[in-house]
This record gives sequence, structure tokens and C-alpha cells, in this order.
Amino acid sequence: MSIWKYANPKQFMHSTAWLVPLFSYAAAGFIAVGLIWGFFFTPDDFRQGSTVKIIYLHVPSALMAINAWFMMLVASLIWLIRRHHVSALAARAAAPIGVVMTLIALFTGAVWGEPMWGTWWAWDPRLTSFLILFLFYLGYIALWQAIETQDVAADLTSILCLVGSVFAVLSRYAVNFWNQGLHQGTSVPVATGGRTVDDVFFVPLVISMIGFGLLFVALVLLRTRTEIRHRRLHALLARERAAQ
Amino acid sequence: MSHKYARKGHSSNRQRCAGFHGPPLSAMRIGMEFTVTDLACRRGELTVLSGVGFSVLPGNALVLRGPNGSGKTTLLRCLAGLTPPVAGRLSFESDQVAYAGHADALKTQMTVQETLSFWARVYGAAHTNAAIERFTLASLLTRRIDTLSAGQKRRVSLSRLVLSGRPLWALDEPTVSLDTNAVAQFASAVEAHLASGGAALIATHIDLGLRDAQVMDLTPFRADVDHTTLDPFLSEDAF
Amino acid sequence: MIALVKRDLALAIRAGGGFGLGLAFFLILCVLVPFGVGPEPALLARIAPGILWVGALLAALLSLDRIFQFDYEDGTLEVLATAPLPLEGVALVKALAHWVTTGLPLTLAAAPLGMLLNLPAQAVPALVLGLALGTPALSVIGAFGAALTVGLKRGGLLISLLVLPLYMPTLLYGADAARRGAAGLEASTPLLLLAGISAAAVALMPFVTAAALRMNLR
Repeated sequence: MSIWKYANPKQFMHSTAWLVPLFSYAAAGFIAVGLIWGFFFTPDDFRQGSTVKIIYLHVPSALMAINAWFMMLVASLIWLIRRHHVSALAARAAAPIGVVMTLIALFTGAVWGEPMWGTWWAWDPRLTSFLILFLFYLGYIALWQAIETQDVAADLTSILCLVGSVFAVLSRYAVNFWNQGLHQGTSVPVATGGRTVDDVFFVPLVISMIGFGLLFVALVLLRTRTEIRHRRLHALLARERAAQ
Repeated sequence: MSHKYARKGHSSNRQRCAGFHGPPLSAMRIGMEFTVTDLACRRGELTVLSGVGFSVLPGNALVLRGPNGSGKTTLLRCLAGLTPPVAGRLSFESDQVAYAGHADALKTQMTVQETLSFWARVYGAAHTNAAIERFTLASLLTRRIDTLSAGQKRRVSLSRLVLSGRPLWALDEPTVSLDTNAVAQFASAVEAHLASGGAALIATHIDLGLRDAQVMDLTPFRADVDHTTLDPFLSEDAF
Repeated sequence: MIALVKRDLALAIRAGGGFGLGLAFFLILCVLVPFGVGPEPALLARIAPGILWVGALLAALLSLDRIFQFDYEDGTLEVLATAPLPLEGVALVKALAHWVTTGLPLTLAAAPLGMLLNLPAQAVPALVLGLALGTPALSVIGAFGAALTVGLKRGGLLISLLVLPLYMPTLLYGADAARRGAAGLEASTPLLLLAGISAAAVALMPFVTAAALRMNLR
């Protein structure tokens, strides 16, 4: 048996039943530790004050927003190449999670940006890219919902995910180029990313990031299980209709 | 000669496809038998046909029958290469199949002449004379499609089969909106095709009066509704 | 293939083909914008490149759902899919017909309509060249969106949602070229990038478009 045996819906349901609570509890633990440590047991930044602490929500959610799309891309490729139904449904299941993560990243970014930059929103390359990512997610979900035949919907959304990935990367570079073109010497420094952060902030941030990762896995598993049940219902109903 | 349906457990479903060989057209591949073995096809997510097997010799027509929803359209679309088969083997490629579906596939703003010469160029046919002659379109050539009656449109649409130069015609309810005269005319066009070494699969409810046409009922090939191996989501144990 | 080009162009120009609809929309948009932002010449001159590009993009978007819809509904697409033509070629031809009936007229109309918006004369070469280079990408990317939604009854709104994010890079480079032109700067970098996007899109998008069509015909 290979890893592909989990591509059978029944096998997947059987194997993941105990994984969902496991990942959920682990995620809750890591996020609780990461956030409590980060919020209450780290010193205030000398320049940014306590507003810097939103980083423990902002960075992990932004990371997961991008990772969710990568996961969808891989799952779509598996569906297109090997036609494993679970893969297509996992991609479908990941999209709304990606949307929520993108929204959290955008919202916390705005909340952070207001005291720091004096504005809720700036057309900075990073911010703009996230907004574009959000639009890609919306289109992907809308296409899934618009098409009734599930296999066709899986095919079309997979190919949209592929093409969308290429254009998302293109947009990222285009946005960088465009912003330079607009205001030479950008005046809005973005202090995201863990590279410039001191260890005292970094450890809780990593814990929080692991927690968000576990949360993502737990949610994808849970939602994939729901999608599989939904799909089974769909197949049973179609069989009923055909039998009449 | 006789050909058995290759379906296990249905030995009662036998079909004789006797050969009728007319003068062959050089454009067609001659002597080629169109065999379908143990074919399963799906419509949407549901496998509607399984274990379909038959064989049509050049010069023969096979009439497909069955109630609505029995999979006639599904089978023809599968043979035309529009839907990939779930299982089974075909002895021919889909580029030998000329498919005519429910829709006429005509553009109302074009004239009959334009329509014919367009499709002739698509199929690489040298001229449109044969198509015009077989479906007696000569008097309609300068008319625009939107001025034609439903039956006339149908004839223009079916004349595309001649232009395709393909040996196996797969026709889905071709006589819809044709009157008695036009049906007879259509039947003679099919016979001319058969006589030139072609073959035809025709899904129809009415009797076309074709000589040497075999009839096959698709009802026995209906996929079992408890057929779980083809859909992983229809497992018996709940999940 | 040439026969298909001819047929599609003939169909677009004859009654019911919708030729010129996009152009009229573009004109109306350029008339409405001054009503919205006020008639001040300096302001109009500043936003004109962006308005013209966004207008061209929306005008192209307007006619996307017609690319495959009619052929799908009357069964022609099925016949074409089983015909000896490669479906990739059909997809490219359809996009070409869309470009000839929308992208090309928009490119030609951009300069005169730019006058309505007080576009600086020195921006015209970069604008027109940018549209000429960029609108083919809009058509082939749009054809992909049209192929995804061809099986849907009301796909028009969904097409916008699917295609507009894909239009982002084209719009950025195109409008940037026009803006640089207006400011009297060198615009060759965005124009080259725009040409690159168009060339890659024309070369690759027909394959995914054809794949999407096959999936929808199943």
C-alpha cells in the first residue's frame, strides 16, 4: 500500500477520524501559549509600544493565507494528474480557511497600520498583494459554488488554481514594480517578518506560527471530512434519482 | 456472421449484425469493423451504462433504442470522444466518428452555402456537392439559416455528416422535426452512406425503414444502481 | 483554421454579433468620468491614462461571455471539439476574433477619446502602443475565463470575478506605461514587460482554455 490509499474517501474518513481532535487540541495549546506569552510576557517595543504585539496574530495568519493557496495548488495538481477525489475536496475545503486567514491578516494589518503609519490602508506592495490574493480566493470559491456537477467543478477549479497561481506570482512582481513607479523611495516601511525581530519576541511568534499551522491542518481535515460526507450525500441522491 | 454482446451474465442479449456491402468509397477506410467491448460511460457523476458491447460492420446500421434516460446520448457522446469512457475498449478512434447531437449547430446569420463551405473547409472536404445532393439542399443554398423551417435546418445540419467524410455516423435522434417525406429522404441518405462502406449508429424512437438495420435495446446495459466500484463515494458502509 | 477566423469575424459583424458594443461602452465611460470627478483639466489629464486603461479593460470584459456561449448553446462547440481542428487552435481563433472586434477598435479609439479626458499629447504613443501590446493578453486571458463559465446559465458576473484578478499585471504595466508617457518619462520597460505578458499568454493560455472547454463539454 502506498500513500495513495488515503485518497480513497472511506480510507481517508477512517484514518483521519482521530487526527482532527489531536490537531485541534495541539493547535489550541500552541496558540494559547504563543499568544499569552506574546501578549503578556514580552516587553513593549521601544518605538512601537504595545501595538507591536498584534504581530502574534498578523504574521501567522498571513503565513497561513499563503500556505493555504500552496496547499490548494498541490491538491489541484494531484486531482488533475491522479484523479483522487479526496484531493479535489481537500482543495475545496482549504479555500474558505485561506480566505479567513487573508482577512485576519488584512484586518490585523490595518489595525497595526493605523497607529504606526497613520493610515488603515496603504497601496504598499505587500498589502496590495494580499488584497489580490483575497480576490483570487473569492473567484475560486465562486467557481466551485457555481458548477453543479462536482467532478467538472473540481476540474475547472483545479485549472483555475493553476492559472491563478501563475498570475498571482506575476501580480506580486507587477505590484512591486508599480509601487516603485508611483512613489520613488517608498515612505512606508513594513515591519513584518521575523527577521528583524529580537529573540524575546521571536520565540512566542514561532510558537504562535506552529499553532496556526496546526489549526490550519485541523480545519482542513475537518472541512474535507464534511465535504466528503456532502459528496457522498450528493452521490446517494443522484443514485436515488437514477433508480426511479 | 454473428457477434455476441460481451457482457457477462447477459448471454440472452445476442445481436446479429449481418453484413451488407455496397460499392465502397475510396475516401473511407474499408473493411474496418467498429467494435465496442465492455464499455462503461458516465453522465455527470453517475455511471449510467456498463458492459456495453456490440460490433458494427461497414455497410451496417445499428439502431439504439431505450426509454429516455437509458443512456443513448451518453453512449454516442462517449464514442464521439466528448466524454472519456469509464471502462472498456473501442476498436476505433473518435476521429472516425461523425457525431450529430440534439442541437443543429447552425448559425442563424449565415446562408446555407456559407455554412456548407465553412464545414467543408473544417473537414478538408474538396467540395460540397455530395452533401447538397444527398440532402437535396440545392434549392436552399442562398437562403439564410434563420429563414429555414426546423426540418430544413435539420437537413442542413445532417449534411455535415457527409462533409466530414468519416465512416461511422453517430446520430442522436436525427429525425426530430423531420416530416414523413424528410424522414424517408434522411433514410435514403443513410443508406447511401452505408452502401459506400460507411456504418451508422442511430438513436431513434421511430422506424426509419432502413434495410439491414439491427436494433439494440440499451436497457440491459443500464449500470446497476448499487454499482459501488465505479464511484468511491457510494461505499456500502456509512462514513 | 482560417475559415474559422473568417466565420467568426463575419458573425461578429452581422446583426446580433454585438460588434461595436464594447467601443460604445468605452465612449460612454470616457464621457461619464468627467461628470464624476469634475471638469478640471489638470485633474483629468492626471487620471486620463488610468481611466482609459480601466475603461478598455472593462469594455473587453463586457463581451467575454459571448466568446464561447453562442457556440456552446447551439451545439457548434461540440461539433468543433470532434472536428479535425485542435481545440487549442479553436480557442486561439476565438480569442483572436474577440481581439479584432474589441481590442483593436479600443486601441484605435483610445487616442481620440483621450482628448475628451485632456490626455497630454506626449502620452498618446505609450498609451496606444501599450493597448496594442496589452489587449491581446486581455482577449486570451478572457477566453480562458469564458471557457471556465461556458456551461453556466448566468456566467457573466462570475467571469468578471474570475478574470479581473488575472488582468491585474496587464493593467499595472499598461497604465504605468501610459502614465510614464504622460510624465515625459521613458516607457519602454513597462511596454516590454507588457509585450512579454501578451506573448506568454497568447502562447500558453489556449492550452488551458481548450482544457477547460473539454471539461465543460464532458
